[in-house]
Amino acid sequence: MDLNFTAQDHAFREEVRAFAAAKLPPEIAARVLAGQPPSREEIVAWQRILHAKGWGAPSWPKEHGGTGWGPVQQYIFEQEVTAAGAPLQLSFGLKMIGPVLMRFGNAAQQARFLPRIVSAEDWWSQGYSEPESGSDLASLRTRAERHADHYVVTGQKTWITQAQHGDWIFCLVRTDPKAKPQAGISLLLIDMRSPGLEVRPIVTLDGAHEVNEVWFDEVRVPVENLVGEENKGWTYAKFLLGHERTNIAGLGGSKRELARLKRIAAQELKHGRPLIEDPSFAARVAQVEIELLALEITNLRVVSAESERRAPGPEASLLKIKGTEIQQAIAELVMQAVGPYALPFQRRGRGEPCPHGGPAHAAPAGATYCNLRKASIYGGSNEIQRGIISSMILGL
Amino acid sequence: MDFNLTVEQQLLGDTVQRFLAKEYGFEARRKIVKSEAGWSRDSWAKLAEMGLLALQVPEQHGGMAPASIETLLTMGAFGKAMLVEPYLESAILATVLLRELGSRAQQDQLFPALIAGEKIAVPAHGEHGARYELSRVATRATAEKDGFVLDGRKAVVSLAQAADILLVSARTGGEVDAEQGISLFLVDRGAPGVALEDYPTLDGRRGADVVLSGVRVPRQRLLGPEGGAFPGLQAAWEAGITALCAEAVGALQAIFEATVEYAKTRKQFGQPIGKFQALQHRMADMLIQVEQARSMSYLAAMRCGDPDPGVRRSAISAAKVLVGQACRRVGQEAIQMHGGMGMTDELNVSHWFKRLVVIEFSLGDTEHHLETYARGLSAQAR
Repeated sequence: MDLNFTAQDHAFREEVRAFAAAKLPPEIAARVLAGQPPSREEIVAWQRILHAKGWGAPSWPKEHGGTGWGPVQQYIFEQEVTAAGAPLQLSFGLKMIGPVLMRFGNAAQQARFLPRIVSAEDWWSQGYSEPESGSDLASLRTRAERHADHYVVTGQKTWITQAQHGDWIFCLVRTDPKAKPQAGISLLLIDMRSPGLEVRPIVTLDGAHEVNEVWFDEVRVPVENLVGEENKGWTYAKFLLGHERTNIAGLGGSKRELARLKRIAAQELKHGRPLIEDPSFAARVAQVEIELLALEITNLRVVSAESERRAPGPEASLLKIKGTEIQQAIAELVMQAVGPYALPFQRRGRGEPCPHGGPAHAAPAGATYCNLRKASIYGGSNEIQRGIISSMILGL
Repeated sequence: MDFNLTVEQQLLGDTVQRFLAKEYGFEARRKIVKSEAGWSRDSWAKLAEMGLLALQVPEQHGGMAPASIETLLTMGAFGKAMLVEPYLESAILATVLLRELGSRAQQDQLFPALIAGEKIAVPAHGEHGARYELSRVATRATAEKDGFVLDGRKAVVSLAQAADILLVSARTGGEVDAEQGISLFLVDRGAPGVALEDYPTLDGRRGADVVLSGVRVPRQRLLGPEGGAFPGLQAAWEAGITALCAEAVGALQAIFEATVEYAKTRKQFGQPIGKFQALQHRMADMLIQVEQARSMSYLAAMRCGDPDPGVRRSAISAAKVLVGQACRRVGQEAIQMHGGMGMTDELNVSHWFKRLVVIEFSLGDTEHHLETYARGLSAQAR
């Protein structure tokens, strides 16, 4: 065991840092470092910059257009670019359907879809949850009936993140209503411009339009867009969810937000002194920082094991629970740090960064705190993750 | 010890609840929030009609003060309905300031207009950098021939937009955090040199930063003794925190009931999610927190008028601590158990959640009141 980075790792870190300093557009970095969500255009712009460098898919093998990096390099890359203020790369293509297509897709699908994910030509959405199927995903009811060379899809998906920008959506659909719930599900790739497909916005408590309902009214999907075998979709879904969970832990983002919290606490005053000098507040920041430190090492342990086995196991649930708790704890401390200026409400992702009289760093505090309540709900609620740990790891 | 209400108190509570149920439902409230002003003059007139604007007004001026139980009941009902009108600001904080600091002439002039709902008064006290420290005031009031000139900036003044009169604190002497040297002024919202930078607050209400640039105030608009407004501010904040705790309990009860109801009806894995023990125990904990918060809101209401300032302040800070913690945890759990639905603007749950956040961070956050209470402990030990 050696928790130190090698000389090569250090050299790689310097390379990534220099690249980010040279290529990440400063206006994008400024927004992200100020705690504002990046726009679609900013996410796409950054993905294209990475693509041009050959770093568009940090977690993919070389044969599919990835970097071929090992877990330590991926970790260093993510740390460096997020610290520099890069938008999070869109995970639906790179971390979810991409790995599924590499493992279970056919050669034609790989050739058709994978390059366009890396080059940001296609924006992917994830069609899993339904109004009656949230935690109990296997009960999903969106139907896909086979008619000769195509499926006809009818039903409704919900909580589809950024579907308003989507080109494609990967969907879990029921192809065999008579089989046991998990046995009758297939995974389809659906062109979001298909007739009969409609995206309806859901406004969330932070005033944002981040999630959507997606309705399917007899949407025709060519059979060649079936991933793997019919009725085997649950296997692919579980593979994909493991990747989603590891990703949701969001350690790079938490590190960046923690650094922001410390900057805020150095500027905000309590009894005329910097807030960070207040022992009880400093202790709270210290507690989160320590938790994050531990989770970074846990994360490295999980991804190292994962690189040997190719798919994240139930340990991903641990990362998801702890990672989201840390994200939420940091958002709570930012609220506390900015004090009364946490209350003016700047709707997330809209408007100017500082619409009120307070300091710019306070503007996103309230909406971000509200927004991050989602983190313990999505990607399988933290209750579901605890259930996975009890059954899959503990055998209870 | 008696936790029962008198017939009159029961009646008042019922009247308020009936009005809110009939005219202040969730969709009606949404319309008010989305309106240009962000609050409703009609609703304000109804509150005046029911006599609610007189609860903190002394009897000799036609009011009911101290009316602690009536305030408790009224604020609890407002918490459930998420009332957005400036009740806390005008009918509690500003009214108590006028009661504690106002001259006979000022009271004679203003109380009737406040009770009738014809005028709204809002305190403009907090400043950036003061956090929740009541005595930290940097806004200056410089004496001139017949009055004062005010310069400074007041941060996050709730419902400043609705005010006819702002009760502005400013320093006429002393260090920036001294209790001595703070004066209070009656300033017309439209007076020359007063500018509002307005915004919505997290809970759908309105707020503003109030910028004061060379605002001239005649001496007769000084409220209370020059440099001696601090005790009045303390009394107003004590009444305000007590009222806020009562409002919180109304909102907590409502969000908790909605959560239990949802857990009984939402089915996953073939059964209502309320059948899962992992959620049952957490809902039991929510109930405990709501009940503990309720008890503390009663204690604050009972001690709010205690002549011993140590007893009074400890009880009120203790209440705000437990209520603030309940606001945070019960609010978060309510959203969590509603899942994605709890995150939507469509459901009332997220609106209670946001109001609870604002309550937690208003008139001193949990940390502030825990420290206030702790200082009381060390004072006792000396």
